[in-house]
Amino acid sequence: MADTNTETLRRTALHPLHVEYGAKLVPFAGYEMPVQFPDGVKAEHLWTRSEAGLFDVSHMGPSFLTLASGMRRDPAAHEEIAALIETLVPSDIKGLKPGQARLTVLLNAEGGILDDLIITRPYEEDRQGELYIVVNGAMKDQDWGILDSALAGKVVLTRADDGVLFALQGPKAEKVLSAYFPDCAALKFMECRRLELNGETFVVSRCGYTGEDGFEVWGRAAAGTELAGLLLDDPCVRPIGLGARDSLRLEAGLCLYGHDLAPDISPVEADLAWVIQKRRREAGDFPGAARIFRELKDGPARKRVGIRPLERAPAREGTEIFVGGEAVGVVTSGGFGPSIDAPVTMGYVAAAHAVPGTKIDLMVRGKARPAEIASLPFIPARYKR
Amino acid sequence: MTTYYTKDHEWIRVDGDTGTVGITTYAAGQLGDVVYVELPETGAKFARGDDFAVVESVKAASDVYAPVSGSVLEVNSALTEAPEKVNEAAQGDAWFVRVKLADAGELSDLMDEAAYAAFCEGL
Repeated sequence: MADTNTETLRRTALHPLHVEYGAKLVPFAGYEMPVQFPDGVKAEHLWTRSEAGLFDVSHMGPSFLTLASGMRRDPAAHEEIAALIETLVPSDIKGLKPGQARLTVLLNAEGGILDDLIITRPYEEDRQGELYIVVNGAMKDQDWGILDSALAGKVVLTRADDGVLFALQGPKAEKVLSAYFPDCAALKFMECRRLELNGETFVVSRCGYTGEDGFEVWGRAAAGTELAGLLLDDPCVRPIGLGARDSLRLEAGLCLYGHDLAPDISPVEADLAWVIQKRRREAGDFPGAARIFRELKDGPARKRVGIRPLERAPAREGTEIFVGGEAVGVVTSGGFGPSIDAPVTMGYVAAAHAVPGTKIDLMVRGKARPAEIASLPFIPARYKR
Repeated sequence: MTTYYTKDHEWIRVDGDTGTVGITTYAAGQLGDVVYVELPETGAKFARGDDFAVVESVKAASDVYAPVSGSVLEVNSALTEAPEKVNEAAQGDAWFVRVKLADAGELSDLMDEAAYAAFCEGL
């Protein structure tokens, strides 16, 4: 998702902090973003797994979708807005409890994935009829365009990417963040609250993209920047760049849109059928339902899998996968996992070869390298359930 | 012994008609944590500018180019087991290969230490 047009790059509100902490900045999703800090990718990765890492993800697409008639103190308002968004995603949004967040996918008419996103129902009684929606930075213009046109007149979409969105991830995250938000410690994985600090409101969600316990925090630009600066003053917290963000999510078996997910890939192929809850499966009322039901019944032609190279050579995106000399798939994400101290890879293979333990060859620089299909994630998730 | 440098950030330390080749400290710093080094076979021949080795960081793979034409006399197999040495001693213990030079005249196209330092300064 990197782009090279440096003239039109945007900066997040946290840019001065990146500079202060010595970031190496690169173009990413239209923004100038830190790829690493002086510690380097490996140290940043390991620090996040043992302490707490702060990630600027303000380039992503936080937004609020509200009924055109407004929010109200009435659970029926949630059902109304959920019914609208459910025309575009296959997850049970109506069934979200107050303050519950859920990963879902935006689907095209063929059941292909246009983006992956997190939708949250507000906890607060007076905010029913609103959804907090965070989409991928590189896809936000597409996604918001789809919401605007598909739900025109029925909803108001408020883009919140002029604020600050950061993630605090790692085993020390709860201790560090609860100094500012005591109530955050009571949240469980995929729960969200609006919390106050010095008269400013923040949206605090217990989720992330590393496999670690942690939080994502949205706030207005000035207040969010001030809080991020205070958190970085804690000796447990270091700033983490996009390089370690990628190796952390890959070890955790999490997908990167545009690489592991794309418009021709269905949730069943992507091993994300779990985002389609029972009520929606029974109703079959989402885009591309015919294909998705066919794949659920007969099995998909290809499947997303984890891959462990058996030698030290990493296999990068685009590497071809062979079994017995026959091409059976391709790597969609590949690199090195500092926590498991070995190369880690994800890709798609023909369903017949998707069973963990299956021996495969990765064609790296013209040479077949032995590897095997592995269960995901590569490291166990440490979410607070 | 004299050390010469390329614009692609390789170094070659020449002793008679043999040379020791590696990547520079500057290059190692730009790559970040090296996690894998792929070296050629002993006896392999290459022309000046050919990619003869690969160095991989957590994030990306980069080719290493031959500073001169020659054949490989010895490879530093310690790097296969301990690729992080490239970050610790790029211009010392973490040499990649020893080569027999095919044409010592090619060295005159390379930079000396002062010229390379000035080149990096301008990047």
